[in-house]
Amino acid sequence: MSMIRFSKDHEWIRVEDGKGVIGITDYAQAQLGDVVFVELPEMGATLMKGDEAAVVESVKAASELYAPVSGEVSALNQALVDDPALANSQPMDDGWFFEITLNDLTELDELLDDEAYEAYLAELG
Amino acid sequence: MPMNRTGRPSHSGEGTLPAPFESFSGHRGLRHEEPLIFEIGDARHSGVDIEDAGDFQTALGGLERNGSIGLPGLSEPQTVRHFTRLSQKNYGIDSGFFPLGSCTMKHNPRLNEKVARLPGLADIHPLQPQSTVQGALAVMRDLSHWLMTLTGMPAVALNPKAGAHGELCGIMAIRAALEARGDARKIILVPESAHGTNPATAVFCGYQVKAIPAGPDGRVDLEALKKALGPDVAGIMLTNPNTCGLFERDIIKIAEAVHEAGGFFYCDGANFNAIVGRVRPGDLGIDAMHINLHKTFSTPHGGGGPGSGPVVFSEALAPYAPLPYVVETDDGLALHEHHQGADDQSFGRLVAFHGQMGMYVRALAYMLSHGHDGLRQLAEDAVLNANYLLAELSTHITASFTGPCMHEALFDDRFLKDTGISTLDFAKAMIDEGYHPMTMYFPLVVHGAMLIEPTESESKATLDEFIASMRGLAAAAKEAAETGKTERFTAAPHFAPLRRLDETLAARQPLLKWTAPTPSQAAE
Repeated sequence: MSMIRFSKDHEWIRVEDGKGVIGITDYAQAQLGDVVFVELPEMGATLMKGDEAAVVESVKAASELYAPVSGEVSALNQALVDDPALANSQPMDDGWFFEITLNDLTELDELLDDEAYEAYLAELG
Repeated sequence: MPMNRTGRPSHSGEGTLPAPFESFSGHRGLRHEEPLIFEIGDARHSGVDIEDAGDFQTALGGLERNGSIGLPGLSEPQTVRHFTRLSQKNYGIDSGFFPLGSCTMKHNPRLNEKVARLPGLADIHPLQPQSTVQGALAVMRDLSHWLMTLTGMPAVALNPKAGAHGELCGIMAIRAALEARGDARKIILVPESAHGTNPATAVFCGYQVKAIPAGPDGRVDLEALKKALGPDVAGIMLTNPNTCGLFERDIIKIAEAVHEAGGFFYCDGANFNAIVGRVRPGDLGIDAMHINLHKTFSTPHGGGGPGSGPVVFSEALAPYAPLPYVVETDDGLALHEHHQGADDQSFGRLVAFHGQMGMYVRALAYMLSHGHDGLRQLAEDAVLNANYLLAELSTHITASFTGPCMHEALFDDRFLKDTGISTLDFAKAMIDEGYHPMTMYFPLVVHGAMLIEPTESESKATLDEFIASMRGLAAAAKEAAETGKTERFTAAPHFAPLRRLDETLAARQPLLKWTAPTPSQAAE
């Protein structure tokens, strides 16, 4: 069964069988505006939690996607590189960035669940 | 109507201030629609008569081109008109108010231009014998002297060619100093409000960047900084005044903490305009700082001319400054261009020649024509103008931090909350009012930032006109939100030669090369 967690930097991770698919949240894409360029990590790269994992450029700003957990990059969404608009139109589905094979499932406990993330957004106003 | 992804029209104009009729020519009054040069010219025609070359022997061994090279054939008057019309669509500091925050778009005095055009300075070559360019070397020596005097720093490298290039120069000197003592530190600290070039420079020099958060007052959080310091920190890059237009009050404590941890203090001097003649960076504990001659010292930029970013150094970094620099010898002035002996610790050359000579002349002309008191007054007037705008605008537009500010005032988009109008829309509406918009969405520490820097060049009358327009727009935004008629903003600009451009499409699918239309397209 899969579970989804959120970071305070507005990334989401959907975990199933020790592998997590990572992307940016709907809130993040709305704040960024139209995404025009995405750079993904290298396949097989080892990421530590908090590392800069990907670059997102929108018409307003360039920002980084930070790895919400540690692990090894095990899949990339090439479709997103070809059509960065997917990050705006389907941030939680086809707009995923990359997949990571987690080192340590307990790192997920430090992230927010659905409800906690909603509450965090409400706090931001 | 074409729409971009956010549902805004990508060009508009329907329903807004229609002309009573369309002209037969497609032009509007004496304002001409100007096509691309390839669309005016035709590769089958030529603007000049070139004699037939007749029979000749080529030396190209069969590599000569036989077909057309596809250049548009235009006559001289056609060419002159094309570029003149394009230049008339340009908006620069000579055409109007240009309050682009963080950029110091101040007036470029014509005296600078007159001096720079003196043949003895304008018509010399970098490879000329040094004995024949003693005057030019004296300009470099005098400029160096005054930059060191104004900053209270013992050494200067004139040659960096822009602000970011100056950053590169400063961080390379820091790296050279660390390597000389066998200390391979890995991290550069950069506050959140920094210019984007700061972290880019650090990464380019092989360092990892660690961001330092700002406190609620928009300044560096000293405690967070102290926590981030350690034996692996090579230094900090800090802008003062910072990009929120605020003076970093803790700067001396920051310098002490960084030095105590064995690091160096790089200051981004982009905002030196606010403090020149009042504060000497050398007294604050700074180890290296670039000075944008094209901001503080009024040389043209933003398409008007090249940048120039000399860097001043502390005693600790002075031995590592790049080559060349001017020295006095028994035979007059000379450029020290090569390493001399093992004691010479310079990190080497940064540029091929000596930097932007034309900018040195202009900057020195500016310094000498203003004098010490004049330079001090320009900083005071720049700060006064910014505070006048902050006070007069904050009744209508939400100021991010309570004043007083330094040379620029930071506002955000809270006053547009629930209006359906964004900072971008508001900026586009300013074009209709005849103003180059302020810097927007930077710095990132506030939401929907609007960073306004009036500079000392502007008269009170200009500022008052601007204030009236901005208050008018802010009131119109409120009213538009109530009536639901937000087109004034969301479809702006209405009066510019081109309407709202689709920036998203331009970024996602840039067309960087002109291609000739196919016959069927041409027939349409």
